[in-house]
Amino acid sequence: MDKEKYRAMFSNSNWDFATLQAADEITDWVGKEYFKLDTYPNQIEIVTSEQMLDAYALVGLPTTYPHWKFGKDFVMNQNSYQKGRMGLSYEMVINSNPCVSYNMENNTTCMMVLVIAHACQGHNAFFKNNYLFKEWTSAESILDYMVFARDFVVRCEDEFGWEEVEGVLDACHALMDFGVDKYKKPSKLSSAKEEARLRRLAKVKAENYNDLLRTLPEGLKKQIEVTQKKAKFPKEPEENILYFIEKNAPKLPVWKRELIRIVRKVAQYYYPQGMTKVMNEGFATFMHYHIINKLFDEGYLDDGFMLEFLKSHSGVIYQPQYNSPHFSGLNPYTLGFNIFMDIKRICQEPTDEDRNWFPNLIGKDWLEEVHVAMENFRDDSFIAQYLSPKVMRDMRLFSVLDDEDEEHYEITSIHNERGYRKIREALSKQHDRSSRVPNIQVENVDTHKTSKLTLIHKIQNDRLLEEDEAEETIRHLRYLWEFPVELHSRNRAGIDEDFYEC
Amino acid sequence: MSNSNIIDRRKNTKGKSINNRQKFLKRVEGQIRKAIPDILSQESIKDASQGGKVKVPIKGVKEPSFHHDPRSGRKQYVRPGNDKFSEGDRVPKPEDGGQGPGQGKGSNSPGTTEDDFVVILSREEFIKYFFDDLELPNLVKKYMQSTVSFRNQRAGYTKNSIPSRLNIKTSYRQSLARQISIQGAYDAKIKKLEQQVAQAKDATEKERLTEELEKYRKMRLTIPFFDDVDLRYNHYERVPEPTTAAVMFCIMDVSASMGYHEKDIAKRFFTLLYIFLTRQYQKVEIVFIRHHTEAKEVDEEEFFNSRESGGTIVAPSLKLMTKIARERYSENRWNIYCCQASDGDVWSNGDAIECSQLLKQEVLPTVQYMAYIEIKNRGLEGYLWHAYKRLRSQENFAMRNINDVSQIWPVFRALFKKKDLVEDKAA
Repeated sequence: MDKEKYRAMFSNSNWDFATLQAADEITDWVGKEYFKLDTYPNQIEIVTSEQMLDAYALVGLPTTYPHWKFGKDFVMNQNSYQKGRMGLSYEMVINSNPCVSYNMENNTTCMMVLVIAHACQGHNAFFKNNYLFKEWTSAESILDYMVFARDFVVRCEDEFGWEEVEGVLDACHALMDFGVDKYKKPSKLSSAKEEARLRRLAKVKAENYNDLLRTLPEGLKKQIEVTQKKAKFPKEPEENILYFIEKNAPKLPVWKRELIRIVRKVAQYYYPQGMTKVMNEGFATFMHYHIINKLFDEGYLDDGFMLEFLKSHSGVIYQPQYNSPHFSGLNPYTLGFNIFMDIKRICQEPTDEDRNWFPNLIGKDWLEEVHVAMENFRDDSFIAQYLSPKVMRDMRLFSVLDDEDEEHYEITSIHNERGYRKIREALSKQHDRSSRVPNIQVENVDTHKTSKLTLIHKIQNDRLLEEDEAEETIRHLRYLWEFPVELHSRNRAGIDEDFYEC
Repeated sequence: MSNSNIIDRRKNTKGKSINNRQKFLKRVEGQIRKAIPDILSQESIKDASQGGKVKVPIKGVKEPSFHHDPRSGRKQYVRPGNDKFSEGDRVPKPEDGGQGPGQGKGSNSPGTTEDDFVVILSREEFIKYFFDDLELPNLVKKYMQSTVSFRNQRAGYTKNSIPSRLNIKTSYRQSLARQISIQGAYDAKIKKLEQQVAQAKDATEKERLTEELEKYRKMRLTIPFFDDVDLRYNHYERVPEPTTAAVMFCIMDVSASMGYHEKDIAKRFFTLLYIFLTRQYQKVEIVFIRHHTEAKEVDEEEFFNSRESGGTIVAPSLKLMTKIARERYSENRWNIYCCQASDGDVWSNGDAIECSQLLKQEVLPTVQYMAYIEIKNRGLEGYLWHAYKRLRSQENFAMRNINDVSQIWPVFRALFKKKDLVEDKAA
């Protein structure tokens, strides 16, 4: 097809399937040819608003296990949508192979092209190449796994009654944030390796055998036994609470363990998305901006299309100021887009300031640097690494300290020489998971008597737990563990500030 | 060439969330049930029957987790758009404990706070919750009977059936066709033989042909008038016939003593009964009878809104009802329900006694159920109440006193509460 035909096709605001196909092909071509995007195959699905609401409720997955929570989300979204309080997004994309994206049927042609460039190129490439996604999710199998999960839950409902299943799932959902591995657990040794290890151990023991130890007085021997008995379980604190329960709950039937596992898997699947909101949206926005501009430069799009595109694009990256009634936090699209754009600028036209701040970027190929950033970081490290003084100035960022004990907020830094690093640090911390999710770990299980489970919440920045919720959550925890549970909120001095038990 | 797939999902079934929505509704069922009397007393019942909004408190739909207490500790936020602050500035905290200057709700979808959680029930769902544990007395029995009733419906012809269903006209048409076609075959044969006879030269040959000709001529005259293959019978199919029809008589006193308030209550009660019946029966008809000194059948509009008014005599309305029921609603095809609303005032005690006798002898034996509601403050028993009291032991009669809109629902429930059906015991 020649450019003339593409232009005519894309300037007609009513799309048909040939248009979508053309848009997909041409963005795919530009993405690969000019921007080195490596993507999963796309599966573009055209949906109605009702189907989009369904997709919202299931967080994009085509299917998931049945639970009232999804019904609640659906009802809430439906209410807001019908009252006009909430618009539906133009697309939704899920991390799977093939990469499934839902596009709203009432998008104009321009929106369709934008959305295809944004989701089917930008997000898709991000899913495939970012290290968190690579490490923690298996795009190949998630869809099949969810089908298994659904069937398994339905089978359990038939066999054990829906109340019981719902109880377990409720409890798991309450602990979902604590069902995530942040570091890979060492994989189990194979039996051959394990045997070799034991043999080595026996050899070492034999070599170091000292007959004298036999002659130790009785009292001392007992003491050694006692300390051995007191050996702690678990040996190291475990932060994946759901994992711990699944593996170690004393009486849990197998099917409940499997349910826990399902929720854990889903939590793990979403874990990278929560950690890369700014980067993911920023990169996709950066990519659609570049792809569409490239298409325009090459003569595939006309001026009318570009006008509509620029309007939508600026809508996407609109950032209300802190005192605006529309303000609801930093817009991740804006922040991410600005940082990626600035990486490109620094590579191409560095100022003296940039030479000072980003010596490594100067004179490099911008596309390569953008790919490096996209592949190897997550939000907090990305901001800590790449947020430049220029972006801070452009967005007029400032940091505020809200101390419980003070009657005033304090403006701790603004966008000036002294503030840049502090703001950057604060913003990075703000995107760190630990600022959202309290640090709670399994400390101990009384394996001898009561099977009591002890958890420690390590207090950071004097931030305590929300009491009512903590009490309810611990009840869920007890329901799963089936033995007493206690939670200590402990400060740095090792003193309990709060204590919950059930 | 990319290897993408573009799929049009719009034709797919929507409502993937229906099951989860049901699960959710189940979870907040208690709250929905509690909200129903509110809907009844606050909204016009016609609207309520269309479904409605049910406010569900966030308790019960909360999803707890371990969270930081937003008020506690030291938090640092980064905000965009600094227009006036310098480092070290202090800004007073707002009274209500917001989190930082200009702190919005912090969520992407403003307005979906859980405080104003509202569930919108469809008409079906509303009615389901509304009547879930109610059941009209005698209903089961009638229902069972009605489902086994069949009607024969003509469905073409069949070759095998009983003589009484023989369809002469169609059979004759078949016969005629057969006769004509067989005659034609004989005619051709005869014609051919005649020619052969005429041409035959050998005498024996001629004689043989003549003989054969005669045989065929004979056969042509003796084609049977009816053959088994001609017979056609009317064919019938058994189709289940819904006799689940109900008629509801609404009898209301519109005398001067019935004010707006009383009429309003009566209206709501009738509407309730109507919704209830539409759920149980495929066809429900309503007959409105209003009375002051004389009884009159009217349409709904007039029933509730007419200003005409006068003294009170009740008995004619019951007479009118039995008359209408006899003429238009035969007992074996219709389930008859009757609901009478009155303030209990009657012209004379004699009228009240006549009423109770009418009820006992004519009305109650024919109706499925009759409810009498007296709209008036308790303690002041009307004449009617007094007269009807004797009939209380009748199992298809119930009477209650209502004096406020909010009482309608409990009374309605009590009136039609599931009880062990006498039929069940007998069986």
